[in-house]
Amino acid sequence: MVHEHSIEPATATVNRLSVRNIRKKFGSLEVLRGISLEAHDGDVISILGSSGSGKSTFLRCINLLEIADDGEIWVDGEHINMIKKHGRNVPASSKQVDHIRAELGMVFQSFNLWSHMTILQNVIEGPVHVLKRPRAECIAEAEALLEKVGIAEKRHAYPAHLSGGQQQRAAIARSLAMKPKVMLFDEPTSALDPELVGEVLRVMRSLAEEGMTMLVVTHEMNFARDVSNRVVFMREGQIDCTGAPAEMFSGESSPAFRQFIGNFRG
Amino acid sequence: MWIVEVLGFGQKGWGGLLVAGALMTLCVTIVALLIGAILGTLVAWAKLSGGGVARTLGNAYTTVFRGVPELLIIYLVYFGGSGAVSAIGRSLGYEGFLGLPSFAAGALAVGIISGAYQAEVYRGAYLAIPKGELEAAEAIGMHRSLLFRRIIAPQVIRFAIPGIGNVWQLSLKDSALVSVTGLADLMRTSQVAAGSTRQYLLFFIAGGCLYLILTSLSDRLFNRAERRANRSMPSSFGQA
Repeated sequence: MVHEHSIEPATATVNRLSVRNIRKKFGSLEVLRGISLEAHDGDVISILGSSGSGKSTFLRCINLLEIADDGEIWVDGEHINMIKKHGRNVPASSKQVDHIRAELGMVFQSFNLWSHMTILQNVIEGPVHVLKRPRAECIAEAEALLEKVGIAEKRHAYPAHLSGGQQQRAAIARSLAMKPKVMLFDEPTSALDPELVGEVLRVMRSLAEEGMTMLVVTHEMNFARDVSNRVVFMREGQIDCTGAPAEMFSGESSPAFRQFIGNFRG
Repeated sequence: MWIVEVLGFGQKGWGGLLVAGALMTLCVTIVALLIGAILGTLVAWAKLSGGGVARTLGNAYTTVFRGVPELLIIYLVYFGGSGAVSAIGRSLGYEGFLGLPSFAAGALAVGIISGAYQAEVYRGAYLAIPKGELEAAEAIGMHRSLLFRRIIAPQVIRFAIPGIGNVWQLSLKDSALVSVTGLADLMRTSQVAAGSTRQYLLFFIAGGCLYLILTSLSDRLFNRAERRANRSMPSSFGQA
């Protein structure tokens, strides 16, 4: 049994990502009620939960698109500094926020490619303008990445002319171009037609095999079971239970999780 | 063949002056559009940024300058401005009326009005940017000025082009009102030509034709810009 609300605080500095006791309220609604999580190098953690359980908010708090009211975050050992204003956390330095975000890749449910730029321009935008690396070098790397996700021939097309699956693979390439320490996926296949889900999951699977540290909010049970090395089940803003997929899916989990996956099997 | 003569470019012809008037109209409108672009951007930003005072001021600007007759604004800027200049002149020991240059006053007045309309165009264009694209830019670590330069500004321009084309036409026609300050624009020149030759019908039709040439040429220019800006949109959009 792996019910848990407490996680060893211990070695925050060696983890790719450490989150401790994060809380977030929207108005009077408490969306996150104390979440802690550690991701080691190469971990692929699937975050499951019914809608409204707070899993997307949790991901958005990690890369500071939302600011958690309370709690601590370390990215690759670097502590994100917060100051208290009216009893709530506010980032101490916007410079650090930008720097942390550049180290975290984020893949959105709705792709969010920049529609006025070609696919190649989308991919080199971050490295050229945020990391200020030489353009020629970035283009070479971007083309290799687009090759890897299988849309090299679309590099001069605009996002609107691509299918959803192609757009999501381009968005993954855009994140990878920043050479992130951790990749965050926020329901990357939920907006896709069923026949396009596979191509995106294949890219994610190959990333996992290369040792990328990944946090994946998903409803893809097969991905959670076969690709991730850890499953986190969220319920009502807390981690209800967590463990290796083999244990979790074989029934050594909480009743709530068994019921949750029961719904998926129909 | 007297028509050719009075409209021509010869000794008795008004052609040269009419073309010069048309160019003056074009210049006033271009300067006014630029002034309006600056004011419009500031006002749109004030209305969007959400600060209570800034938003109130922004709303007041668009309400006042869209709700008051253009001619009144022109009088206000020209005579009000000239009054202020004269007062400054008096304090420096210069007696008498000092006029604001009519070009500057006219361009400023039309620019102020144009700014009120442009502000609404820019605000709408900003709101048309998918919010997710802004989040993606933040998530990649873009700081605010980079986000504005690389993601917001290009898309605002793209979405604003049709609206700005509209404002341009309005400003071009508003500029005719500047003739009340004595500026030798197309309107004023047509009027003077008509009065001194007593060929009212002829010269007002000629003036009207020149206005139409200006508006239809600029319309074409804006259409081309719009097509170019819409390259990245789904084909059903771009070719509409």
